[in-house]
Amino acid sequence: MLLISLIVIPALTALAVMFARNAQQVKTLSATGMSIQLIQSFYLLYEFLKERSAGNSETVLFGNRLEWYPSLHISFDYGVDGISVAMILLTSIVIFTGVFASWEVKDQAKEFFASLIILATGVFGFFISLDLFVMFLFFELAVIPMYLLIGIWGSGKKEYSAMKLTLMLMAGSALLVVGILGIYFHSDVNGSHSFNIIDLANQNFPMEMQRIFFPLTFIGFGVIGALFPFHTWSPDGHSSAPTAVSMLHAGVLMKLGGYGCLKVAIYLMPQAANEMAWIFLILTSISVIYGALGVIAQTDLKYINAYSSVSHCGLVLFALLMLNKTASNGAVLQMISHGLMTALFFALIGMLYSRTHTRIVHEMGGLMKVLPFLSVCYVIAGLASLGLPGLSGFVAEMTIFVGAFQHPDMFHRVITIIAISSIVVTAVYILRVVGGLLMGPIKNEEYNNLKDATWYERLATVTLIAAIVIIGIAPLWLSDIIMESLGVILR
Amino acid sequence: MSYSVTIFILILPLTVFVLNGLLSNKLSHRLAGWLATGSMGIATVLAWLTAYNYFFQSSSYEKLIPFQITWLRFTETLQIDMGILLDPISVMMLVVITTVSLMVFLYSMGYMQGEKGFIRYFSFLSLFSFSMLGLVVATNLFQLYMFWELVGVSSYLLIGYYYDKPEAVAAAKKAFIVTRFADFGFLVGILLLSYYTGTFDFTKITNPENAAIAGMTGISFMGLSVLTLALTLIFMGGAGKSAMFPLHIWLPDAMEGPTPVSALIHAATMVVAGVFLVARMFPVFSFHAPEALDAVAFIGAFTLLFAAIIACTQTDIKRILAFSTMSQIGYMMLALGVSGYGSEGLGFTASMFHLFTHAFFKALLFLGAGSIIHALHKNDIREMGNLRKHQPITHIVFLIACLAIAGIPPFAGFFSKDEILSAAFASNPIYFGIAALAAGLTAFYMFRLYFLVFWGNERTYEHSPHESPVLMLIPMIVLAIGSIFTGFIPFGNFVSSDSQPLQAHLNVTVAIISVMMAILGITVAWIFYKKESLLPEKISNMSGALYHTVVRKFYIDEIYLFITRKIIFNLISRPIAWFDRHIIDAFMDFTATATNWVSKEIKGLQSGQLQHYGYIFLSGVILIVLVMIFTNT
Repeated sequence: MLLISLIVIPALTALAVMFARNAQQVKTLSATGMSIQLIQSFYLLYEFLKERSAGNSETVLFGNRLEWYPSLHISFDYGVDGISVAMILLTSIVIFTGVFASWEVKDQAKEFFASLIILATGVFGFFISLDLFVMFLFFELAVIPMYLLIGIWGSGKKEYSAMKLTLMLMAGSALLVVGILGIYFHSDVNGSHSFNIIDLANQNFPMEMQRIFFPLTFIGFGVIGALFPFHTWSPDGHSSAPTAVSMLHAGVLMKLGGYGCLKVAIYLMPQAANEMAWIFLILTSISVIYGALGVIAQTDLKYINAYSSVSHCGLVLFALLMLNKTASNGAVLQMISHGLMTALFFALIGMLYSRTHTRIVHEMGGLMKVLPFLSVCYVIAGLASLGLPGLSGFVAEMTIFVGAFQHPDMFHRVITIIAISSIVVTAVYILRVVGGLLMGPIKNEEYNNLKDATWYERLATVTLIAAIVIIGIAPLWLSDIIMESLGVILR
Repeated sequence: MSYSVTIFILILPLTVFVLNGLLSNKLSHRLAGWLATGSMGIATVLAWLTAYNYFFQSSSYEKLIPFQITWLRFTETLQIDMGILLDPISVMMLVVITTVSLMVFLYSMGYMQGEKGFIRYFSFLSLFSFSMLGLVVATNLFQLYMFWELVGVSSYLLIGYYYDKPEAVAAAKKAFIVTRFADFGFLVGILLLSYYTGTFDFTKITNPENAAIAGMTGISFMGLSVLTLALTLIFMGGAGKSAMFPLHIWLPDAMEGPTPVSALIHAATMVVAGVFLVARMFPVFSFHAPEALDAVAFIGAFTLLFAAIIACTQTDIKRILAFSTMSQIGYMMLALGVSGYGSEGLGFTASMFHLFTHAFFKALLFLGAGSIIHALHKNDIREMGNLRKHQPITHIVFLIACLAIAGIPPFAGFFSKDEILSAAFASNPIYFGIAALAAGLTAFYMFRLYFLVFWGNERTYEHSPHESPVLMLIPMIVLAIGSIFTGFIPFGNFVSSDSQPLQAHLNVTVAIISVMMAILGITVAWIFYKKESLLPEKISNMSGALYHTVVRKFYIDEIYLFITRKIIFNLISRPIAWFDRHIIDAFMDFTATATNWVSKEIKGLQSGQLQHYGYIFLSGVILIVLVMIFTNT
């Protein structure tokens, strides 16, 4: 019931928003709905920890099965493990802050907020599903509203970007469909096929089958996880998307990729994962370094953040492919950490843009003096991004590096060192932006009249920063609930 | 007193950081300043009490861990603990850090008075003290690494304190990035070490009988044992933080920060973290990776001389002191590098001793420089002169510090430098020669500074220079007392490589040589700079290009700029950005365009005209028939 209400509440909120009479009501309704969602997620965490400490060691908790299409063995199976709980928490924090970051949306506010919340509904559904088919449906539910959100409320080359993003993600989905159907038709659970992940995990798929369908599912999910060379939707998509959409997209949607790679591709086809990991390790380590080096030459804040997301999300997939518990734990931590800080970044970029009407770094300067609150937040986001201890990024990156380095194979350790070198490049581009944007003399006289953050902007940024700091200072609880679920996935 | 109160030495500055940081709009300057200074005062008292208990109330100097929690678990064996490790060097560092911090906090109350970012300043300064204290009491390599990064960022924030000054912003960025690069090596070193030993714990790693470590020496990679490689990488981290050649370029620029910050961070404490790191890992270096220790000695000796030479030609008062700091840290590294273990460990003790005394006189030099800058609002020593008339107290304490750093007995620097020279003398005559030569250069550049600033002709100043307020003078006087007397501490009794008392005797031959060198340096400086003279200019003109190379700091900065701007930015980053847009993304767009084109081309086939369909159908039939006829025959 707890889990069902996680998708019912946002769905109802989206519905209610459509009947709102004015923009104020729309915002109030959305904010209320997402606040309830946030509370629910924390309650879920509480219940989860309670069950676990009471000794309940089942793979998934609070699960159930609702028959849907018995002849094709499709049913709505749901349940959560530690990783899903963590991802649900992330999602509810990001959508909660996303609502407040879009407080100033005026055109067709009703439709905007409804689409945004439907998108979130899809994400919540994705994280609780245990049935591949239903999971895929929710995945698409999350991707489709993106087209409208960027195409209608976006800026710049919005039609082009929306189309590009949707088409590339659709191409990924096409691979996914093939992958999922392949898994389905090769399964044999009590004499019939199955879509249920838990059942499928006990299948011993033949190697020839895994060799075909592992890459399909991995790349299928990898596209949305910004796997090189299928990442180019990201810079254009983000630069055209409105603030909250960028936040949700980079913060949560890109994580569906990593989550799917872990819970579908690697979980169900471990032998092929082991055999083919090296190919993808090379691709992901290219993502990590190439993304980071690519940022240095960018001048637009959103492009900077989009490319750095390529680098950081590359690290997620990179860590997953190490196929050991520590590195994978780091990958999940990195998903959460990156989700929070990139949401913070995009929120701040939106807030700065609404004041200065530019996103080009060298056209701004000295903002620290006129916008101290926003600037300090930006510095904190930057420091989290470059992996400062005490903020979440450090926890995630170090878990990844230590885990990856435990791999007995020399190739893996060498490639890990290459990936680690990204911490230097990250420092370069973060400090370059912080220096150019916030410090130095004020470049534009008009900036002297700028107003610092409003209450809703403060609420959004402070919530995100609090989450980043809490994970950064006390990571053990989070790392433990993730680790315990990984024991099942990486047998 | 139980050692568990040492935790408060860390908690106090952390609390101040958070309070001052969050309430920076609400607190008054006075309250925030005294809150920080008062807390640091309590922390200092606690540190001294801890030291008293540790050194005088217990019979053996064992490693104690009064506090430890698990912070993050990686694998069954590898985890990051947060704890407090007390042993002679960490207790000694606690004393140094809290004492110098307290002096700098007090001084800053006067120096920074009326600054707009006063509360921010104290908040960052407290963050720094917290991080530095956490660094020295770390129980494991990873905890050390975390606090290592935190001191790095506090240094960044404080160098960039005047954030509307482009030079300060650039300097802060440079400091962070150069040390980040070094930390990359450090991190890889930690990973390598932990991969083979399965632990981050200092108590396990530095135990000379540890089997895992001994096993590691056997594994080799490209001709070097993995352990040597790991320790050299760890030393790379230390070299970055301690501004050793070739990772030193950030330190002179770091002088853009407020002067008290330079005193605390870039002279007394943070920059010696690299020395501390090598000392912390010393048993491993000494027993299992002598090659890495040779590297430490070589880099130390090179930087020692290199920085001393540059210091002789600089004209910015703070930059001279910065190069002097590099040079003195070179002494400490050299001493560690030539040291043995146990009864051979004179170098180790000497290094720690010099670290201790250096903290006092170098902090004093910076605070003195701050007092001058505060009065004159300028940094160039060529525009100063005859200040002894205007700032008599500053003059006296500055002179004491100069004598201490020059190694004139009975000031503190003499004793610690003598031990270092003795250790070098016992190890390698070349190192001894370098160290002795640098001792002469040190005396020369310090007294060049001293004579130019405090003697010479009276200058016309915009405002008549005045002596600094009491709040600034008291810390200087305290540090001056330290610079006079700390040399008499029998340091070997307390701090040694194996925690057994080490008897260090004054080596008379070495002492005579080093004092002669110092006096020679002072005399030359006296001849050149006591009164205005043309001699220095003549000599610099004579050496021509060589002189310019030294003034431009051997063009190392230019080399770095070339690599970063021309190679990394222009030849790597830009092409990657271009490649991404014009090759990879263009390929994606091309796929879309191609699909479009194909659909446009073939859409004519579905024209909806019956005769068109009939025509194609008929052509097809004829084609198939023809094919069948011809393939049959």
